[in-house]
Parts: sequence; structure tokens; C-alpha cells
Amino acid sequence: MSFLDIRHLQKSFGAHRVVKDFTLGIDKGEFVSFLGPSGCGKTTVLRMVGGFEAPTSGAVSIDGRDVTALPANRRKIGMVFQSYALFPNLTVAENVGFGLKVAGQGKAEIARRVAEMLELIGLPQLGSRYPFQLSGGQQQRVALARALAPRPEVLLLDEPLSALDAKIRVSLRDEIRRIQRDLGITTIFVTHDQEEALSMSDRVVVMHQGVADQIGTPFEIYNRPATRFVAEFVGTLNLIDADLVDAAAGHIRLAGVPVTLDRASPGRAGERISLALRPETVTLGRGGGDIVLPGRIAEVHFLGPVIRVRVSVEGGGSIALDTFNQADRLPPLIGAPVDISMSHRDLLVLAA
Amino acid sequence: MTGRQLWSWLAVALGGLYFLLPLVGMFDFSMRMQRGVYSFQAYRVVLADPQFQQTFGYSVALALLTIILGILLVVPTAYFVRLRFPGLRPAIEFITLLPLVIPPIVIVFGYIRIYNTSSVLPLTGSWWGTNILLLCGYAVLSLPYMYRSVDTGLRTIDIASLTEAAQSLGAGWARILAVVILPNVFVSVLSGAFLTFAIVIGEYVFAALLNVNSFGPYMVWMGGNRAYEPSALAVVAFAITWACMGLIQLFTRFSKFSTARR
Ligand SMILES: Nc1ncnc2c1ncn2[C@@H]1O[C@H](COP(=O)(O)OP(=O)(O)OP(=O)(O)O)[C@@H](O)[C@H]1O
Ligand SMILES: [Mg+2]
Repeated sequence: MSFLDIRHLQKSFGAHRVVKDFTLGIDKGEFVSFLGPSGCGKTTVLRMVGGFEAPTSGAVSIDGRDVTALPANRRKIGMVFQSYALFPNLTVAENVGFGLKVAGQGKAEIARRVAEMLELIGLPQLGSRYPFQLSGGQQQRVALARALAPRPEVLLLDEPLSALDAKIRVSLRDEIRRIQRDLGITTIFVTHDQEEALSMSDRVVVMHQGVADQIGTPFEIYNRPATRFVAEFVGTLNLIDADLVDAAAGHIRLAGVPVTLDRASPGRAGERISLALRPETVTLGRGGGDIVLPGRIAEVHFLGPVIRVRVSVEGGGSIALDTFNQADRLPPLIGAPVDISMSHRDLLVLAA
Repeated sequence: MTGRQLWSWLAVALGGLYFLLPLVGMFDFSMRMQRGVYSFQAYRVVLADPQFQQTFGYSVALALLTIILGILLVVPTAYFVRLRFPGLRPAIEFITLLPLVIPPIVIVFGYIRIYNTSSVLPLTGSWWGTNILLLCGYAVLSLPYMYRSVDTGLRTIDIASLTEAAQSLGAGWARILAVVILPNVFVSVLSGAFLTFAIVIGEYVFAALLNVNSFGPYMVWMGGNRAYEPSALAVVAFAITWACMGLIQLFTRFSKFSTARR
């Protein structure tokens, strides 16, 4: 059994089923992200783990203890909110020491731990400030320190970086991950930002309409999406139509070119199926793999380090691809004829 | 100056006169106790009167108790209504407004009927009982002001997140209310408290009908029996009320931490 065990969790608000049969085991010290679009039930699952929402059915256990019926204030769970939720009437030090005071620890012990936590988040000199005197990033660090100070068994973060601007978001996410590793604390991190989820997590849970569509490492989620939703939600994707020639043998025709997939395809011969392809697996020119398609440059987007090019393929449809920017080479010209190439191994056949 | 501005100024001036003239007249009158000279003689007499000291002290004590009772009653109610039963808010708001609609005399007659000496709970029969009744009555009178100001204060903080943050740190309800919620609506509570203070200090109907010697009946008694002192007393009472208003402003502006700035 895993350290944090979530079994068959369901939640309905009235007739609206928001979470449907959610099961997940998290190991001690693991960092797991919930990734999904707005309204898919990420927060609801997190709140059920935290004890702020009672599940309609299912169970949550921590370290072998069933905590499903335990109120939030007895679960030993640290929580960080999108809105920081620092106590405005208390100083930074008092905020961080709040949980320790509740636990009945002595003054000296609290002061020692608070200093240690402020050191950990890199704000040792701000203990006497009030929350409104801090920037958003500093407030969220303090909120993290406050959640971690009483040594919780599990840390829950609900979109902690969403209210911050882009630069701070990146630096703070690295810092959260560093602190999490240092302390070895079991963590669930909710986000709708795929870059955040992929870069920080040991495992990612992609949620869709109250269901965990796929649970896996960032590498698996990105390269082997289990469902069409995961493939479309994580990263950018080309969707290409192809004609099925022989389903069992994986023979298809892609824009008129015969291709053999490395696994069987669902469907029957003569049907049209959808294939998915990441832009970075397509090469401009020949030499990128066994499939070569002729076409014409339709769009060029200069993104800085990469240039995203859309090529309209001669056999129909269009494919986006990424090439690296090189200072000594001009970007492709719109309308120019090109060949693009790719490997059949990078073609993803998606379950509907 | 345009015509419109002129009219505005005129309206303000008229309003000001309507408001200030009686005050000025009363103050002027209260200074004329000693024939021929302007003096604070009337104030000296009033302040030295043991009756004044006793009734005023009593009313102040009662006002403070009313405030405490009001806080204990209103803060948890307003908090839980906002947090757990937002659908009940209109109903609660209506109930708290009732004391403004129902005259105090109706309430106090109701009290006397229910708690008279031949009833099951003969509160009016004893000194303690009467005081408790008066206290409860005043808490009811202060409800509209207390509830509204506390509710407004609660609106300025994110009580749901603060509550959950405190819960996740192990805090129970009593601690959340005392350490997290109350201090953050303290300024609002204070403004409700000062209004309550101003009401209780001068209240007459409840005190007179329950036969209690508080500041209100004392003022009325003075008014019926003396010439200059009542004016002095009125000015004092007025000053107290205004001091309360001023204190509300002061606390609102100079609170240690600002919940408005976030
Ligand atoms: N207390 C509630 N009462 C009724 N419906 C609710 C309640 N809380 C959440 N919901 C509904 O449950 C669904 C999932 O909400 P949830 O907050 O879990 O989504 P989320 O994945 O966290 O979305 P976001 O990324 O926008 O935060 C939504 O459709 C929401 O309207
Ligand atoms: Mg959410």
C-alpha cells in the first residue's frame, strides 16, 4: 500500500458528479501533480484529501491510517492556497509559528523552528513584517513555510503560482521543488499549467471531467499519451487524417504515402483514422526519418529559440513543425516548396 | 461660481445651520448659570453630582457588557452564516434589522409580560434578573449596528481560505474565531461597539420601564427639575457620542495592519 492512498473517490454536488472513481497511490516523498483544464475536479480531489470536503464515497488513508472521517485540523496536512491566505493580523514569524503554537510547543522551540523555516525559504530578515508589506512571491514563500513548519505528513498545493507573474513563477517553482526534495515530503501540486506539471513532478495525473485519464511520469505522459484528451491537452500536437489499409498489420496511407506503423491500429480497412504528431518530431527537409512528404510553407512563427513552421502537405492537410533558430540562417520563406520528414515511430495512434 | 454650485452651497449651509443652531443655543445656555458671566459652572455642578457619577458609571459598565455580549453573539453568527449558510444571510439580516422597526417600548413590554414576577422565569423580580434583562434588551437594540458592521468587515477578508489555512494547521473553531477572525474584523467590531456604546449610554425607555437608575432616566429627571444643568448634560452626552464617532474614524485609519491594502 502506498503512503498516501486515494481509493475510488467520488464526489457529487447535488446531481452533478464532479469526481468519478478517482484512485491513486502516492509513495512517501513523491511529488505528484494534478493537471487538467478548469473545472475538471482537481481542487475537489485535493480538498477531499485535505479534509475540507467530504467524499460521497471512497477512502483516503495516510501511512496506513484511514483518515476519511478525520476533520481537516487533525490530518497533519499542510496546505498552500492560490490566494496565499496568510493571516493579515499576524507577522510573518507569527504566521509561520501558528501551527506550532496550536500544537502547544514552547516559545523557544517555536522561535527556533520559525527561524529555520524562514532560512529555508530565503527570507530570514522578514520575520517582523506583516503580510501586506510583502510581494506576492514573498507571501507565497511564507505560506509554504507556514504549511511546512509543523512537519505535516503530506503537503497540498492548489495552484500556488497562478497569482504570480511569469518570472517569479519559474524561480518559485524550482524553489518549491528544491524544498520538497530537501524535506522529502509527500506532495500533491495542482496546476493547469502543463509546463509546471511536467518540469516539477515525479508523476503527473492528467484529469479530465472528474476522471484521471492518465497517471505517469512526465516522460510517459508527453511521449505516450493514453487518450486523445491527454495528447491534445499536454503539449502541442498535429492531428493528421490517414486512410487505414490493414488494421492488424498497421498499414496506412498518409497523405497518399504508404506507411507502416509499429503497432496495430484500431478500426477497419478503408476507415479514416487520426494520427497525432508532436511538432518537434518533424524535420524540415529530408533526413528526419522514413516518411517524406512534399509540401509548401504556409506560416512561419518566430518564437525566439525555436521557429514554428506550418507546412501545407501536397496530399492534403497541414503539419506544424519546430526548428531551432540559428543566427546565421534566415527563417524559411512563406510559399517556398519543401519536403518534410518524420519517423513512423513518432506517429501516435490515439484511442478515441 | 455657477448657479448650480451656488444652490449646492446654499443647501449645505442651510443643513449646517439646522444642525448647528440648536447645539450652539444649547451650549450657550449651559454656560449662563452664573448671572452675567460665561462659565462652566453648570458642568461643575453636574459632574460633581454623585447621582451623575453613579448613573453614568452604571451605564458605562452596562454598555461595555452589552458590547461584549454583542460580540459573542454577532461575530460567530455572522461568520458561520457567511462560511456555511450563505443562503440564510437575507433572513439573518432581516432579523437583525427588526429592532429598528419594532419600537423599544414594544420589546420592553413583551419582556415585562414574559418575565414578570408571576411568570416561570421571574427576572424582573430581582436586581440581577433586571440587569440581565436590560443587558439582553440592549444587545437586541445594538444588533442592527453590530451585525452590519461585522458583516461588512467579514466581506473584506477571505474567510473561507483563512479558515481552511487555520484548520490545516490544526486549529479548532474557538481558536479560529478568536485568533484569526476576530482580530481581522476588529476595526468593524469597534465601530459597531462605539455605536452600541452611544445607544446604551443615553437609552431611556428600557431603563425607565424596568425601573433602573441609569444615565438616561437621570438625564430626563434632570430635565424636569433643573434649569441649566440639563443643557450641560446634553452637551456632555452629545460630546460622548461624537467622541465615539471620532474614535471609530481614528481606529479605522490607524489600525496596525491594514486588511484593505492587499
Ligand atoms: N461547493 C460546490 N458546489 C457545487 N459545485 C461545485 C462546488 N465546488 C466545485 N464545484 C464544481 O465542481 C467542478 C470541479 O470543480 P474544481 O474546483 O474541483 O475544479 P478545478 O479542476 O479545480 O478547476 P480550476 O482549474 O478552475 O480551479 C466544477 O464544475 C465546479 O463548478
Ligand atoms: Mg481549482
